[in-house]
Amino acid sequence: MVNKNARATNPLLGQDHWNIQLDENGRLKHFLTVEGLGSEILTEILDTAENFTSVNNRVVKKVPLLRGKTITNLFFEASTRTRTTFELAAKRLSADVLNINISTSATSKGESLLDTLYNLQAMQSDMFVIRHQDSGAAHFAARHVAPHISVLNAGDGRHAHPTQAMLDMLTIRQNKGHDFSGLRVAIVGDILHSRVARSQIHALNTLNTGEIRVVAPRTLLPADIEKLGVKVHYNLHQGIKDADVVIMLRLQKERMQGAMLPSELEYYQQFGLTSETIKLAKPDAIVMHPGPINRGVEIESCIADGPQSVILDQVSNGIAVRMAVMSMTLGTTAQQTGEDK
Amino acid sequence: MTALPTPDSLIIEIADKLSDSLKQRQIDSPVMVGIRTGGVWVAEQLHSKLKITEPLGTLNISFYRDDFSRIGVHPQVTPSALPTEIEDRHIILVDDVLQSGRTIRAAMNELFDYGRPASITLVCLVERGGHELPIRADIYGRQLTLEDDEQIKLTGPEPLAFEIKHAKVQ
Repeated sequence: MVNKNARATNPLLGQDHWNIQLDENGRLKHFLTVEGLGSEILTEILDTAENFTSVNNRVVKKVPLLRGKTITNLFFEASTRTRTTFELAAKRLSADVLNINISTSATSKGESLLDTLYNLQAMQSDMFVIRHQDSGAAHFAARHVAPHISVLNAGDGRHAHPTQAMLDMLTIRQNKGHDFSGLRVAIVGDILHSRVARSQIHALNTLNTGEIRVVAPRTLLPADIEKLGVKVHYNLHQGIKDADVVIMLRLQKERMQGAMLPSELEYYQQFGLTSETIKLAKPDAIVMHPGPINRGVEIESCIADGPQSVILDQVSNGIAVRMAVMSMTLGTTAQQTGEDK
Repeated sequence: MTALPTPDSLIIEIADKLSDSLKQRQIDSPVMVGIRTGGVWVAEQLHSKLKITEPLGTLNISFYRDDFSRIGVHPQVTPSALPTEIEDRHIILVDDVLQSGRTIRAAMNELFDYGRPASITLVCLVERGGHELPIRADIYGRQLTLEDDEQIKLTGPEPLAFEIKHAKVQ
């Protein structure tokens, strides 16, 4: 069956690679990567999230949509923002949430990922939210879980972090409008290790962004990155000139092996966003950062806290986007029927 | 079945009944809330006819539906907006067509997440058969008996009109 929400698959990749995310009606079943999803589905996620922001601004921040569902957070890597916003999103939809602390779990006794999943499945979990240091972990889980279970990728290795990319798109849309075709977006920093950057590039391309730039020293750029449809800049000044959106990335020192940078100070002098360098971007440019911020390494404090920064809006939007994706994926078991009156 | 009057003439009738009912119960400052989408169109007209001073509230009940697991979410409907505190206020809840009562159940659940109203009065343009819950309109324009496979829908907002069609047998 032809799936209208999926873009054409690359025949070289053989298998359904990413279409495992969609059910037979073309609706979102798992959310593993932005890659391969059409603009219709990305826009549906953003519209649904926009609706949920109204719930998050109420006194009673809870709706009964996922009452009786169990959502399991499986985080094999450290996380504050992502794990807590996934947890809050689930709770605001009235689902029950299990947080598995991997360092104190049976995984540390040698249990495999699959055995962990099967055990949690036996406890009638309806959704797994997975963060893992290996690229492809969420895909792997999605292939092996029972058919009624949805899997959300909360970051896998260097591959993808799709909910982060979508909350960034929501933040851009709220500030710059629904039409991305006139926008110039610069992604600055450690692109090499960044799953966030990869997901952002796919989302920005699908939403028809005018110009996407990546800005980084050569050692922090993957080979052939321009094939994703971005312009490469090795110089911050050129890279953020006249940009509408500047996205700063964290230096992922924990993933760096070998000498990739002379020193943090030199990196800051060359690529740090400061009150001086920000002037090169458009005067109404917004500054974004997926967090956690290293102040004085990639961004100056007064910029992170300044009027152009939307970093904390990104965090709030994270809850709404995760609520949207959870309700969409758990609502797909569903047949489209007439509405009751 | 007798011909159904236009929505506009039904709204005039309802406005009279509602105004009498509010006077009788000595409610002078009610809060009117319409249910998206048809209920809001009706509520907008009632709101101006009754010269209600509190701003009109709107509810989008998609997050409270009991058939979510069958139909999923509908992002295209505008979110709820209640500009007034509803704690201890007299609420007039407005919808276009009352059938099963499930929409009203969902709307009341949502209202209670905003506060504890003093009372809720349910106003519907048309009450058709097919109740599935113990929910009835306090004030309505017309009662209709329709076949199970017939659907009545309010189209609008300019002009408001009724559309009756036979649902496809599934």
